Amino acid sequence: MTTVTLTINGDRRQVDVEDRTLLVDLLRETLGMTGTHVGCDTTQCGACTVILDGKAVKSCTILAVMAEGAELRTIEGLADGDTLHPMQQAFCDNHALQCGFCTPGMIMAAVNIIERHGTDIDESLVRRELEGNLCRCTGYHNIVKAVLDVAGKLPRASE
Amino acid sequence: MMYAFSYHAPISLSEARKRFEESEDAAYISGGHTLLPTMKNRLAAPSDLVSLGQIEELQGIAVAEGCLTIGAAETHASVAASDAVTGRIPALAGLAGSIGDVQVRHRGTIGGSVANNDPAADYPSAVLALDARLHTSERVIEASDFFQGVYTTALEPGEILTKVGFRIPDTAGYAKMRNPASRYALAAAFVARFGDSVRVAITGASEDGVFRWTEAEERLSKEVSAGALAGLTLNEADMNEDIHASRGYRAHLAALCTRKAAELQGRLTLL
Repeated sequence: MTTVTLTINGDRRQVDVEDRTLLVDLLRETLGMTGTHVGCDTTQCGACTVILDGKAVKSCTILAVMAEGAELRTIEGLADGDTLHPMQQAFCDNHALQCGFCTPGMIMAAVNIIERHGTDIDESLVRRELEGNLCRCTGYHNIVKAVLDVAGKLPRASE
Repeated sequence: MMYAFSYHAPISLSEARKRFEESEDAAYISGGHTLLPTMKNRLAAPSDLVSLGQIEELQGIAVAEGCLTIGAAETHASVAASDAVTGRIPALAGLAGSIGDVQVRHRGTIGGSVANNDPAADYPSAVLALDARLHTSERVIEASDFFQGVYTTALEPGEILTKVGFRIPDTAGYAKMRNPASRYALAAAFVARFGDSVRVAITGASEDGVFRWTEAEERLSKEVSAGALAGLTLNEADMNEDIHASRGYRAHLAALCTRKAAELQGRLTLL
């Protein structure tokens, strides 16, 4: 067992894990934070996306011990009490989810797009940046709309 | 679940070498985006993982004397975004930005890609076409000696790739047909011009991994254009065949990518 110290959604945590423990399993199994999902477990679907030191990553393909000293953010850290994060609200407003399984990873990837690019984004950038997140319900159209909405880049019906 | 192993995070090259030698069956890990999936499938079961992520000698991007040198632990995202790379060899920055997806690029490293020598990986084509020198913990290896067939390189057990030094060309282009799921190259071509000399490297297509297409180089040394390659084809029998593409299709794609990379110098072209 190795002791990993990291900050999760602003809280400093010390956790004992086996070296082979994946970061997503530290979250889900050790800490009971089941908001981060495991879809494919093969680095493809992006349902396990979290933000590690400011970068969206797939937590199914990172060892928990590799996150030593890191600052980690997960879907649980976005809302402020009952007030949704603007990206979560935009997903609701734009009907950007159906079954919802990919949504936590999709939202973390989307939040990170705005963090890295600011609001100077367009549809092609959003689609390229979301290549690592698979959704089998929506056809992506409303997800892209939600991200553009947060950036204030959504054409309004009146325009 | 993966088989159990012990993880180590040395902070110096010598400590990493020592840890490797002292372990029963160690493997180095950088971004882990090839090794961890392989271990999850239980196709690899090292007793120890020695991380290369904390070692300073493996980091940084620098330009000196006609050479662009990239530390082995630099991620695809940092190479794609580097001003030094986009300014000197934009096709190389484009190549790095075409690997996998953004999450993968945030973790995967140039050193991991080059040392693994996957037959469909992007970087080996740039290493070969840009006549790179591979710096290791022990020595310097020329690109022409480095790749030795699928998943095989000149690296000895325990030897660590530390930096890749690319010769800065006058111009270069990279064209790639991506597998739409994995975004590995079904076939891709890196075409680099150094004065009157042109180097062409093909990845993704051959049964033996990355290779130089010398007939294309001869044609392009007279004129770097798609037209100079008219009628030139690759031998189908030398190509790889799998569920994604036949030999004939790969030969066609590799030639097409070469024409595109020659025609569209100074950038990445996705087919």
